[in-house]
Amino acid sequence: MRVCIVGCGAVGSLFAAHLAQLADVEVWAFDLDSAHVAAINRDGLRISGAAELVGRLRATTDPAKLPACDFGIVAVKSMHTSAAVAAAAEAFRDGAVCSVQNGAGNEELIAEHVQSVIRGTTFPAGHVIGPGHVGWDTKGDTHLGPFEPSPASAEQVRELADACTRGGMPTHALADARGAQWRKLIFNAASNAIGALTGLTHGRIAELPETRELAWAVMREGRAVADAQGIVLDLDPEELFDFAARREVAYDHRPSMLQDVEARRQTEIDFLNGAIAGFGERYGVETPLNRALAELVKGLEWRWTQ
Amino acid sequence: MCVVGAGVIGSLYAAHLARICEVSVLVRRTEHALALEAEGLRVSGKHEFLASVQATADPARLPDFDLGIVATKATDLEAAAARLAGRSPGATVMTIQNGLGAEEIVRAHGPWPLISAVTFMSGVRHGDTHVEYELDTETWMGPYASELPFERVDEARALLERGGLRARAFADLRPAQWSKLIFNAAVNPVAALTDLPHVGQFAELARSSDLGHLVGGLVEEGKRVAAAAGVELHEDPWEMNVHAVRRGQTAAAEGAYAHVPSMLEDVRSRRPTEIEFITGALVREAGRHGVPVPLHTALLQLVKARESGW
Repeated sequence: MRVCIVGCGAVGSLFAAHLAQLADVEVWAFDLDSAHVAAINRDGLRISGAAELVGRLRATTDPAKLPACDFGIVAVKSMHTSAAVAAAAEAFRDGAVCSVQNGAGNEELIAEHVQSVIRGTTFPAGHVIGPGHVGWDTKGDTHLGPFEPSPASAEQVRELADACTRGGMPTHALADARGAQWRKLIFNAASNAIGALTGLTHGRIAELPETRELAWAVMREGRAVADAQGIVLDLDPEELFDFAARREVAYDHRPSMLQDVEARRQTEIDFLNGAIAGFGERYGVETPLNRALAELVKGLEWRWTQ
Repeated sequence: MCVVGAGVIGSLYAAHLARICEVSVLVRRTEHALALEAEGLRVSGKHEFLASVQATADPARLPDFDLGIVATKATDLEAAAARLAGRSPGATVMTIQNGLGAEEIVRAHGPWPLISAVTFMSGVRHGDTHVEYELDTETWMGPYASELPFERVDEARALLERGGLRARAFADLRPAQWSKLIFNAAVNPVAALTDLPHVGQFAELARSSDLGHLVGGLVEEGKRVAAAAGVELHEDPWEMNVHAVRRGQTAAAEGAYAHVPSMLEDVRSRRPTEIEFITGALVREAGRHGVPVPLHTALLQLVKARESGW
């Protein structure tokens, strides 16, 4: 089996290095960071933190160099999905492409460029330490399922999930992965946007009465949009919110959108609260709070995205 | 004539009124009072002059006055009114704070008949004795709780105008006060949370994610509360927003900066904001009249959470 990771940042690297442990999987990585690509080709891709491992794989900044692949795993930030998948689409002509990105709306963009698409949601998290080196912060499961409008086969979903699991990333093949995706989306939309606008850590957001009340109202809107689509959440996003707020889990975690705002990077707001508002509009559900949070974060970005 | 508080607005009143009558300023810091007495109060920008004022940090040394203007921020009003207690019981006192509820706070500390007022003036403080006069817009004033003859309000208006400020007297200020309340509630927290001055984005509606939709939604909620409270607005707050943004764009084209709402200044300097007096007051009025205001509630929660971080 040949797999290409599209976007070898923290999450992409976790999949790349783990899959590279398997004798029957050949791993490629497409990434635009040439120092990172050179280090991977020279020394392998090193993971440290939750586990220590080095993956041997081939990396390139040039999508034309990619061979035909059975699977693609897209892990770029959501605003780069279209450009990255369009550039690499030729390698996936006969393969299936899976998103392990945040939020909702990425599969729709991938399906504009490739035939068979897998919906995916992943909980493991990490951070880039330097070229060829990624820190693994949090372990967690990954859920895969066919993307309904342009689906990969159940067999393909199972095959990829099996490889990830054998490589050390526990992954579940589902008939409908929307429940896991929307649980994470609803959770993320509340924690990230409120974090970005208030500067608070996840734990503070969960314990301060004002933000707790707001987070719960924002999650209620997300639930209503999921309900309208017939999505059954696999677990409660509210429970996930409280679990993550524990001291020993992620009380001090600064939501990634807050980190983006502090570093003046573009955020993934369009794929989080913006996606909830967008799907809400399509399914006739009012989402005034998610819309308001999306507009406020856009306002915050405006200074450095213009 | 007494002005309590010498921030931007207090300084502008004190300096202009000092051109036509005797003005004493009550401030918190002794060194501020000493500097004002020694150097006078300098105004630049729209007007250029140096005013001579009396100043003290000790309420007991405040000379008797006929008109008092309490010009502190709403967050400092309680303390300021307490310091004024017992002084010049025959005087008329004017409140100028953003939001709602200033009159009740002053009322709790003395028997003075009150003038309700709101002002659209703005400026920049350059130290204790120098204020730059930026927007020379009107002060709107009216009798509080119709206990005060309109003539007294009109006299105060005439005084401000003789001093060189723009002012307008209303028989009932509530329509104007609520217009400004809704305008401030729709603009200030958004500025505070996005770190944007009052720029064109606030009135932009072209894309579905544009900020104008949020500002418009906040205005609509505010108008429903005003209607439920039986207040007919003096001006449409959305039009005030559009107008202010256009004026800012003209200023920007001429090289000046767009207006930085005070709540954004407060957040940037990590000071307590007036959110409770503006958005908090509106949300409480909404609750009293059973009007749902989810957007204002969310902004109140976000700004309070932001403040809790420092």
